[in-house]
Amino acid sequence: MNDVKLDTKTNPDSKPNLDRREFLSKSSIGLAGLAIAPGMLLFDMAHGRPQGEAVSNKVRWGMLIDNNQCETGCNDCVTACNTENGLSGGTKPTDSQWIRKVQLKDTFTGHISSLPMMCQHCEQPPCVDVCPTQASFKRADGIVLVDKHICIGCRYCVMACPYQARSFVHEVLTDQKTEVPRGKGTVESCTLCVHRVDKGETTACAEACTKAGHNAILFGDLNDPDSAISKRIRSVASTQIRADLGLNTGVRYEGI
Amino acid sequence: MKMAIRLTAILFSVLIATAVYAADKPQTPHLDIGKGGQCVEEPKLMRSIHMNLLKHQRDETMHKGMRGGKNSIADCVECHASKTTNSVLGSNEAFCQGCHVYAAVKLDCFECHTSKRKVTAEASK
Repeated sequence: MNDVKLDTKTNPDSKPNLDRREFLSKSSIGLAGLAIAPGMLLFDMAHGRPQGEAVSNKVRWGMLIDNNQCETGCNDCVTACNTENGLSGGTKPTDSQWIRKVQLKDTFTGHISSLPMMCQHCEQPPCVDVCPTQASFKRADGIVLVDKHICIGCRYCVMACPYQARSFVHEVLTDQKTEVPRGKGTVESCTLCVHRVDKGETTACAEACTKAGHNAILFGDLNDPDSAISKRIRSVASTQIRADLGLNTGVRYEGI
Repeated sequence: MKMAIRLTAILFSVLIATAVYAADKPQTPHLDIGKGGQCVEEPKLMRSIHMNLLKHQRDETMHKGMRGGKNSIADCVECHASKTTNSVLGSNEAFCQGCHVYAAVKLDCFECHTSKRKVTAEASK
């Protein structure tokens, strides 16, 4: 960058470095990109954020879970989450659980259904309200995270969360994933696969659910009226769990 | 007698030379720099400010989602993990541990972050 500036200073009449041939070839590549893959380009506009650019509140990530498609007994989303984030997969009270399957039974009709439960990525997150060190925070794009560098492990957020979505790491961990640092003495929860979302990918649970053929988890931008999730929540009835709390969750459920 | 004086003088000069040499080259830790190569800043600068660079970038990544910066801890590990153990910890010759032991500074990063280089599927074959 500096070099270019210096160049124009010392040589104000000089043309830009790009010669005509190079310019033509480069622009034709750009045009070809437009022509060949309009879908890809649209995808980039929706999800791709240039590296080095901060997240903005123009985007709000969320998920829609279709309870009718979610199969009772299927655990693929939980397994995928554990693998992606390096969780042990244990279910002892001291094991971290970022996502779990909850079974619901209608006592009147006897109908049993199950749904995945995880951090609901609230717009007004109680965990953020109670955090004494501001370690629990909401990113501009709606993802609720714990900054473990400043988390003191007081666990107020664990108590405040109406969804019991947060876990505390009780013991020393080894062999964490490069993208998912985790450590003893801090609180953690579903990150909405933030490391994948930042790369323009979908969450591990949604990917696993699609792969299993259930298509029960739809991930996308709630602020984009043209996204699949926005269209879906506009056309079918969906609900927030404990909507009475007025937290405006980013994760919504359909068919419960 | 003259011989003795001469010998003593030689002995002294050798001793002084050794002392000067030792002062010039203190017992710096012998580190396994892993892959090494061109660092993001001059090594001299990195020794004194790497923690500040890391801390600055960690906040931007964590709170603003700005990934892919050049000062990431993952990249430190990628270049400097030992080629034999694949880690920046584990011995007093390991890149991070070796220097931190020498400088008597506690190293907290790797209680949460992995100290091991990410092994790609191709490399592990």
